[in-house]
Amino acid sequence: MPQTSDIVDIEATIAYVADELRSRLAHRPVMIGIHTGGAWVASRLHALLGLPDPLGTLDISFYRDDFSRVGVNPTVKTSNLPVNVEDRHVILVDDVLHTGRTIRAALNEIFDYGRPASVTLAVLLNRDGRELPVEAQVVGHHLKLKKNQHIKLLGPVPLKLEIQEAHA
Amino acid sequence: MRDDLQFDSHGRLRHLLTTEGLPRQTILDILNTAESFISVGEREIKKVPLLRGKTVVNLFFEASTRTRTTFEIAAKRLSADVINLNPLASSTSKGETLLDTVRNLEAMHTELFVVRHRESGAAHLIATHVPEHVHIVNAGDGRHAHPTQALLDLFTIRRHKGPIENLKVAIVGDILHSRVARSEIHALNTLGAAEVRVIAPKTLLPTAVEKLGVHAFTDMRKGLDGVDVVIMLRLQRERMSGALISSEQEYFNLYGLTQEKLEFAKPGAIVMHPGPMNRGLDIDSAVADGPQSVILPQVTYGIAVRMAIMALIMGGAAQAESAPGGRRT
Repeated sequence: MPQTSDIVDIEATIAYVADELRSRLAHRPVMIGIHTGGAWVASRLHALLGLPDPLGTLDISFYRDDFSRVGVNPTVKTSNLPVNVEDRHVILVDDVLHTGRTIRAALNEIFDYGRPASVTLAVLLNRDGRELPVEAQVVGHHLKLKKNQHIKLLGPVPLKLEIQEAHA
Repeated sequence: MRDDLQFDSHGRLRHLLTTEGLPRQTILDILNTAESFISVGEREIKKVPLLRGKTVVNLFFEASTRTRTTFEIAAKRLSADVINLNPLASSTSKGETLLDTVRNLEAMHTELFVVRHRESGAAHLIATHVPEHVHIVNAGDGRHAHPTQALLDLFTIRRHKGPIENLKVAIVGDILHSRVARSEIHALNTLGAAEVRVIAPKTLLPTAVEKLGVHAFTDMRKGLDGVDVVIMLRLQRERMSGALISSEQEYFNLYGLTQEKLEFAKPGAIVMHPGPMNRGLDIDSAVADGPQSVILPQVTYGIAVRMAIMALIMGGAAQAESAPGGRRT
């Protein structure tokens, strides 16, 4: 049974991530959120920080590494990068950093739009279970979960965390 | 007839052979996935890595420029390796059978065949003989079906006029020889179009055409009255045997789309044509190049729709596992 979790105060965590990002605004960064949860978080951060450029969103479905096993999800959203990322400093936002595979896919997709000057990764939650050498520069909250537990952000309003247990 | 050959044992789309019996959800999945591929075609690097390392063979036993090119571009934008074969000029003329040709290409580890053939049922025949990991897309077989054209036409209609359910669509011209018309009629009816009409001289209407779920008209002005979408077909001169039409001039006068006839459709109705156009025969140039024409957008959308079809067919097929839904983080 999925359960809603109160272990993390999402609003406070978003405010904390925004504060951590304030010191990185000197070079007018472009913010990009990863569908779906990351885009919700990014839109909140984007507003809190008052970033001048419009928010970008990425759906990494076409860059996933498990396409040959699970195929394309027909509910794939459109990636939308309204700002040219060439030579820009990018803040990439996701809700949960877990295996690192989504971030690998997102970086590949971003580079198909152009060559950014840098990419900073900001995540709401960092959990264990990394399968690739990917780390976030800004983390809202660290979580330890069991292997069969999945955490999912529900939203967009209000944002809520749901922990699902997969039964083998 | 529902073509169950199109689905594997897990209910996944495995081949695309016809729109007849294709479930509504499958059609919507293709159209929705195509929406996201549109943006891939608009950016600097127009490629995604989905079909990296896969081999696609365009097997065109019948001449084609637009369809073959858009399939080739679609496969390349998915990062597949693409081979174009025109067996008219090679082995089949040396007596090799259709299935032998396919078996040889299969032995070269081809994963997807895009097949066009002048005989109805050719793609279907191949699909019944290939192993499970090989996929077939029908790019036109005789008078039977041209499902990818029909799906890109639906995509075009939806983009320009909104949900198909509210729309009246007229298909005009050489219905008799048109695999495009057949595939469109099935798909439009599956999506619940408000009305599908066919307009043609009696000699170019199949017998009992109304059984396909259309209203038939021989008077173009009556047929166009109040429609939202006008799909013109190419008069297939190469297939005109006997006296199917009295003269091309008379055909144009009665069934060629002119601005004057288009006025009978709803204001803002869109004009489509699968190409190649016979200007001054199927359609007047002023209409083909006019503000209501979406003929060139159809070509652009054709790439995204074919990318969606290839991606859906080739993704996760043989080794489908019961993976939890949603993306991994």
